[in-house]
Amino acid sequence: MNKGDEVQNLNNKDSAAITKNNQVIKKLVLIVFGMFGFGFALVPLYDVFCDITGLNGKTSTTAAAVYNVEQIDTKRIVTVQFISRTAQGIPWQFEPMVREIKVHPGEMKLVKFYAKNESTRDIIGQAVPSVSPGLAAAYFQKIECFCFTQQPLKANEEVEMALQFYVDPELPEDISTLTLSYTLYDVTGKVES
Amino acid sequence: MTTDVIEQESHDDHHDDHKMKGIKRWLYTTNHKDIGTLYLWFAFIMLLTGGALAMVIRAELFQPGLQIVEPDFFNQLTTVHGLIMVFGAIMPAFTGFANWMIPMMVGAPDMALPRMNNWSFWILPFAFAILLSTFFMESGAPNFGWTFYAPLSTTYSNGSTAFFVFAVHIMGISSIMGAINIVVTIMNMRAPGMTYMKMPLFVWTFFITAYLLIAVMPVLAGVVTMLLTDTYFGTSFFDAAGGGDPVLFQHLFWFFGHPEVYIMILPAFGIVSTIIPAFARKKLFGYSSMVYATASIALLSFIVWAHHMFTTGMPLFGELFFMYCTMLIAVPTGVKVFNWVATMWRGSMSFETPMLFSIAFVILFTIGGFSGLMLALTPVDFQYHDTYFVVAHFHYVLVTGSLFSIYAGAYFWLPKWTGHMYNESLAKWHFWCSLVSVNLLFFPMHFLGLAGMPRRIPDYALQFADFNKWVSIGGFAFGLSQLIFLAVVIKCIRGGEKAPAKPWDGAEGLEWTVASPAPYHTFSTPPKID
Repeated sequence: MNKGDEVQNLNNKDSAAITKNNQVIKKLVLIVFGMFGFGFALVPLYDVFCDITGLNGKTSTTAAAVYNVEQIDTKRIVTVQFISRTAQGIPWQFEPMVREIKVHPGEMKLVKFYAKNESTRDIIGQAVPSVSPGLAAAYFQKIECFCFTQQPLKANEEVEMALQFYVDPELPEDISTLTLSYTLYDVTGKVES
Repeated sequence: MTTDVIEQESHDDHHDDHKMKGIKRWLYTTNHKDIGTLYLWFAFIMLLTGGALAMVIRAELFQPGLQIVEPDFFNQLTTVHGLIMVFGAIMPAFTGFANWMIPMMVGAPDMALPRMNNWSFWILPFAFAILLSTFFMESGAPNFGWTFYAPLSTTYSNGSTAFFVFAVHIMGISSIMGAINIVVTIMNMRAPGMTYMKMPLFVWTFFITAYLLIAVMPVLAGVVTMLLTDTYFGTSFFDAAGGGDPVLFQHLFWFFGHPEVYIMILPAFGIVSTIIPAFARKKLFGYSSMVYATASIALLSFIVWAHHMFTTGMPLFGELFFMYCTMLIAVPTGVKVFNWVATMWRGSMSFETPMLFSIAFVILFTIGGFSGLMLALTPVDFQYHDTYFVVAHFHYVLVTGSLFSIYAGAYFWLPKWTGHMYNESLAKWHFWCSLVSVNLLFFPMHFLGLAGMPRRIPDYALQFADFNKWVSIGGFAFGLSQLIFLAVVIKCIRGGEKAPAKPWDGAEGLEWTVASPAPYHTFSTPPKID
C-alpha cells in the first residue's frame, strides 16, 4: 500500500466515524428537545391529572351544571369553614361574613363575602379558591360564586358577594370538615393588557 | 469538501504534539486531557469560592443573634453556596474526570466531539461570572434558595432572577454538550473488542450519568424559562392569580432535581469501584451486579421526586407511593455497598490516600444514605422537613460522598496526570484533617435538626448554641484542610518522585498501559482487548 492509499483509507475511516457519530448525536439532540418540550407539556398534564384526581385542592372554575341531588343526607353534618386572604399589593378588605357553617351533604347554602376597595383607584380583583383537604375539592359544588368572574371595584366601593354551594353526598365518610380558602389577587394590569 | 477539511485537521493534528504556547493552548484546545485539566481546576476554584461563602455562613451561625451579615445577605449566601457547589464544583469536577479518563479507559485517541468539548468548558466561566456578578449589584444575589421555589423567585424576587436564569441556562447547555460528548465517545470510540460489559465500571457510571443529564437538564431549562416569563413577561405558570399553581413548580423542579442528585453520586460510585479493587488487590466482587444496580438507581430516580414535597398536602396515596419507591432505591444502593465491602473482604489491603478516601466514602456515604431512608418515611419527614437534619443528610452524601470520591480519584490518577507521585504524608494529613473536621461539621447537624432548628436562617434559639459552635469550628477546620490539597497538587505538578506507568500494583485498566505523565496524544492506534 502506498502513502496515498493510506491517507485515502484514513479519510474513509474518518468520514465513516463521523456519520456514525452524527447518527447518535441526532438521537441525543432529539431527546434533549423532547425533554424540553416534555417539561412544558407537564403544565397542562398536571392540570388534567389534578382535575381527574382532585389532588391539588383546586375547585371547578365553572358553576356546577345542575343541582341534581336526590336527597339530603340529614344523618351527616359537615363543617364548612371559610377563610380569605389578600395577595401582596391589593389594598382591599376582603373577608367572609360567616366564618363557619354546618351543612348536611346535599343541602344548598348561600353565604356572603364582604369586599371593600380601600384605595383611591379602581381595581379589578380575582378570587382564587382552594379546598383543603385536597381530595374534598371534587365534592364541593358551587352553583354560584363570585370567583367565577372578576370583581371590578371603584375607589372606596364596597360589595357583598355571594357564594351558593352544596356538598356532594358522595363525600368520603372520613371527611367531616372542609376548609374553603380564597386568595384575592389584583388583576387590573393583566386585564388592561 | 468535508473530506478536505478532515484531511487538513488530521494533518494538523500530527504536528500538534507541540501544543500552542501560553494562554492560547488553553483557549483553543480540543485535547481531552487539556479540557479535563481545565474542568478540574475550574471545579476546584469554584469549590474554594463556594467554600468561602460557607465560611461566612458558619461565622454568622457561630453564636446566636445577628453578628456579621444581614438576614437577606445570609439568604444570598446560602443560595449561591448551593448553586456553586452543585453546578460549579461537583458536576464540572466529574466532567473533568470523564474528559481525562474515559478516552484513555476505552482506548480512544480523544473525545468524539473535541471542538464541542472546548465550547462546553469555556461557556462555564461565563455562567458563573454572571451568577457571581449579582453580588455586586444593587439588588443583590439570588436569595431564594438553590431550589428557587416560586413565588420566592418570581413575585418576591429581589431582581436577580434574570441573571440567575441565564446563568442556569448556560450551565445546562454546557452539561448537555458534555453529556452528549460522553455518550458518543463511549458508544462509538471503544477499542475493538471492548464490549459494553468489558468496559471499566467507571465508564459505565459516566455513561448512565450522561443519559440522566440529557434527560433532565432540558427540564431544568424549561422550568427556569417559565420562571423567567412568569417574572418578566406576565405568564402565570406558577401564579395562582392567573390560573397557575406554585406546587407545579415544585413538581417540575424536583422532576429535574432528584435525578440531579444521582448525577452527582453515580460517577462517585464509578471512581470508588475503580479504587477499592486496586488497593484490595482483588477483582470487584460483582461487576455485572454493579452495572445493573447503577442502571436501576438511574431509572428509579425518575419516580421518586415528590418525596421532597411530602408537606405540600399530597394525598395519602401519593405519599405512600413516593415513600415506597424511595425506599426501593436502598436496594440497588445496598448492592453497591455490599459489593465494596465484599471486594475488601480478605483482600491484601494497603491504605494509600486514594484508598483512605474511598473507605471513608463507603462508611460516610452509607450514613448519608441511612439518614436519607429516614427522610423517606413520610410521617417522620413532617418533623425533619426543612430542618438541619436535611442539611446533614445531603452534606453527608455530597461532601463525604461525592467530594471525597473526587479526592480519592484525584490522588489515584495524579501520578498519571502529572508524572510525579504526590507527597503521601501531606496527602494523609489532608485526609485525616478532612475526616475529623467534616464529621465535627456535619454530624451534630443531625441533632440540631431533630431538635427543630430550621435551615436557611441567620439566627437561632439559644438552646442550639453549643452544637452550632462546634459545627462552625468543624467548618473552619474543614475549609482550611482543603488548602492542604491545593498544596499537594501544586507540589505534585512541580516535581516529586517520578511516577512509573503503573504506580499502583493492583490497578487495572488501559490508562496504566501508557507512560506517566500520559502523553499528549494516546491510543492514536487502538489497543487490542482480549
